[in-house]
Amino acid sequence: MDSVLSAKDRGGPVQPLLLARDLRKHFPVAGGLLGRGTRVVRAVDDLTLSVEKDETLGVVGESGCGKSTVARLLMRLIRPDRGTMVLDGDPVDEPHGITVNELRRQVQMVFQDSYASLNPRLTTVETLAFAPRAHGLPAAEAKSRSRDLLAKVGLDPNTFADRYPHELSGGQRQRVNIARALALRPRLVILDEAVSALDKSVEAQVLNMLVDLKDEFGLTYVFISHDLNVVQYLSDRVLVMYLGKIVEIGAVEAIYDNPQHPYTRALLSARPSMDPRKRTKEAPIQGDPPNPIDPPSGCRFRTRCPFAEDVCARVEPVLASTGAQEVACHMRVGGSGHTRAP
Amino acid sequence: MSGPSTSLGAGLLEVRDLHVTFRTPDRTVHAVNGVSFDVKRGETLGILGESGSGKSVTLRSILKLHPEHRTRWSGSIKLEGDEILDMTGNALADLRGSRVSMIFQEPATAFDPVFTIGHQIAETIKRHAGKSEGDAWRRARELLELVRIPSPAQRLKAYPHEMSGGMRQRAMIALALSCNPSLLLADEPTTALDATVQIQVLLLIRELQRELDLGVIFVTHDIGVAVEVSDRIGVMYAGKLVELGGVEQMVDAPRHPYTRGLLASTVHGGMRGQRLEAIPGAPPDLAEPPAACSFAPRCKYVEAKCLAGPPPLVSTSDGHLVRCVGRIDSLAA
Amino acid sequence: MAIQSPSLEIGTGVAVGPVAVARGYWQSVGRRLRRDPVTLVCAAILLLIVTSALAAPWLGLPDPYKTSMIRRLYPIGSPNFLLGTDELGRDMFSRLIYGGRLSLFMGVMPVVCALLIGGLLGITAGFMGGRINMLIMRIMDVFYAFPSVLLAISLSGAMGAGAENTLLALTLVFIPPVCRVSESVTTQVRGFDFVEAARASGAGALTIVRVHVLGNVLGPILVYATSLISVAIILAAGLSFLGLGVKPPEPEWGLMLNTLRQAIYVNPVLAALPGVMIFITSICFNLMSDGLRAAMDVKA
Repeated sequence: MDSVLSAKDRGGPVQPLLLARDLRKHFPVAGGLLGRGTRVVRAVDDLTLSVEKDETLGVVGESGCGKSTVARLLMRLIRPDRGTMVLDGDPVDEPHGITVNELRRQVQMVFQDSYASLNPRLTTVETLAFAPRAHGLPAAEAKSRSRDLLAKVGLDPNTFADRYPHELSGGQRQRVNIARALALRPRLVILDEAVSALDKSVEAQVLNMLVDLKDEFGLTYVFISHDLNVVQYLSDRVLVMYLGKIVEIGAVEAIYDNPQHPYTRALLSARPSMDPRKRTKEAPIQGDPPNPIDPPSGCRFRTRCPFAEDVCARVEPVLASTGAQEVACHMRVGGSGHTRAP
Repeated sequence: MSGPSTSLGAGLLEVRDLHVTFRTPDRTVHAVNGVSFDVKRGETLGILGESGSGKSVTLRSILKLHPEHRTRWSGSIKLEGDEILDMTGNALADLRGSRVSMIFQEPATAFDPVFTIGHQIAETIKRHAGKSEGDAWRRARELLELVRIPSPAQRLKAYPHEMSGGMRQRAMIALALSCNPSLLLADEPTTALDATVQIQVLLLIRELQRELDLGVIFVTHDIGVAVEVSDRIGVMYAGKLVELGGVEQMVDAPRHPYTRGLLASTVHGGMRGQRLEAIPGAPPDLAEPPAACSFAPRCKYVEAKCLAGPPPLVSTSDGHLVRCVGRIDSLAA
Repeated sequence: MAIQSPSLEIGTGVAVGPVAVARGYWQSVGRRLRRDPVTLVCAAILLLIVTSALAAPWLGLPDPYKTSMIRRLYPIGSPNFLLGTDELGRDMFSRLIYGGRLSLFMGVMPVVCALLIGGLLGITAGFMGGRINMLIMRIMDVFYAFPSVLLAISLSGAMGAGAENTLLALTLVFIPPVCRVSESVTTQVRGFDFVEAARASGAGALTIVRVHVLGNVLGPILVYATSLISVAIILAAGLSFLGLGVKPPEPEWGLMLNTLRQAIYVNPVLAALPGVMIFITSICFNLMSDGLRAAMDVKA
């Protein structure tokens, strides 16, 4: 392993790989005089999460929940308004810690496949060699590394090295996306809807490959997706987001077998049935996910929750442990004031 | 106006040996290579396939939506006995929207952003049904109620960008149903929607189909979605229908190796910890019409006779139609 | 039968879609341009005009400055004078070809300079965003507020007539539109995922611009700039016509139009000849610019 590219484990298995505390990001809504409107999109609000080493953390939620913003905050592609981040014990972007650039050598991201995910003017091997070269690796070595990477993601370098993105199928482009994320030998890979745009049969190939790569390179994954089945397949722990907040988090079995938050339940039962004899009879919730511009007071889910009461409008629930998982819901916390509280 | 009324369960659409080819100076694409199926009133046919399978092209051919100068159609598409592929100009315009209607994946682009929803629906009603302004707006409001949009009176005056994705999709369904079509075509209408919204729209389509006795053709790449809405499912690959059968049969006992592969590689929670059974390879390039079985290069049951010529559509003992020369009845489940 | 390329351990297949003969982007643009008849014809015409202008001193043409009071306004087709003579007896054919040198130069040079300066400013503004973007673009807006012709005239008037000043004035006129187009395209490309990925890899801004941004923005900027050449030629000719540009006795099409004005009643066709040259050159550049745009619209 050369020191130019790899990063070493520092804290041992117990220390979380990435710890984010009280992250907040609000985007101003354009408008008003001089572009200075007073409305904000509260994309992520005081969010705390930790990613353990070698795990796959699944993140689920619908549009407007903020999961893509979280991904970009964790990579520091966007600067948070508030909050701190710690990578394996080192604070990020603070006087005694590591720089954002250093963070980016250890945390990389795979984007959703789209026409904009690969530079149409560069060949595959040029795309893969870019990051190592930018970090000082000589061109010839970067190129040979890139060819090895291509092979690792199942693309024969002799065929695919000099192809342009428009000469690749969706699945092949996504493999290149994944290879690009691995070019700097990161420790944590954030996959933002990485398989969502793929056909199902290709998705299966890519998922198998992701599992193999995780073992081979000792990676940790944060897997963001709207597809609950894929998240269940891949993840060790799952985090459910709604309107910029975490509503439930726990081990995958706990979340899927015994969901505690009404939103998690609704999300799970909204999955189309695979059994024609047991078709869905009624939609679990009505309406659309609301706009993160003016989220409801108190519990943000209360406008669509069948169990909402006064306390839900007045007091915002915090994540509290209920044994196997943590839930942010008044119904699960004794003494909260909700009639269904224990 | 809608066509002559047909009795319950009667034949509505008959597609026979449809071929669709696109020709441009750069390349030729044989998108659909001989597709035949029927749709009756009161039933939903789901067409399942991945990208490049020809499912969307088949659907759009029913309305001849592709540009004439680069598209070649052959075969027959008959709606209540009228041959659609022979229609042009006014006859086509008369067909679209009033006898056959379509809803699309992206509701944002189906509506004109500078007019209100109510205006657009009312316009369509006035042009096709010749109603007066007042009648048309009343009917538009009824339609919004039919698709379960809350506060329909206010929504009539809303602009498309003021509505959420789910609302727009419902409005699009209202627009599609405004002239009482007998056949509704749906091209992946829920793919771009969130999970909780998708299930609402799927249930709505199911209910509307029952209430209005529509024939529905629902194109999707998602097996779960197909199972939720369809009475029968057809699977397309490389421009051909490779399997067609009742929804229960298709899920319990798929015959064609591609259908099996599709079902096996669809991820669900129970597979946790196991390796997914992926279909190797990728779909074929459609620059040439298929000479033999298009799926053979990826099929794990392939034999010499698969490469000899195109496999015929065979009827199995339980009424399934399968395009495979293999010993499909005896293939292990 | 579909071809399967050798697959590796995970079993992948061949690319969907044919691999075109010219595979790189610019090669495929070139290929499309070569197939477009309009572009080819215009290119041929322009080539003829440009080479004849460049090679003028060696073509054995009569002296374009030699006047003759006797041989004024000879019609087209006169012996020894292919296209007749102008109001001072100078050979028209020779003056038209020599005139091309200045007219083309005045048309192309300002656009090239504006491309360099405006492009640089625009790409910087687009990539950096924020306050730098605001600063640059608002300054451009000030210039944009003036119609280009008016701006050209006032700048020329302020600086005085002469070829160099015209060049400067026209360059200044074209910098804001080029800047605006560059900024707009750069902002768009900046938002693409592959640029985000490049930022995420820790590369420096200059490297990212060089490798990822430039290749994707130069195309649209170039198309816009080539469409400005025809405008520049007309503006330069117009300024010369008004007496603000090139000074006599230099041959330049706009100036020639001015000085031949009185000849309209004597020999209208002759008087229109410089205008015909401006027209042809301008249209050819325009059509080629359109052709370039269409060729670059490859859905590759």
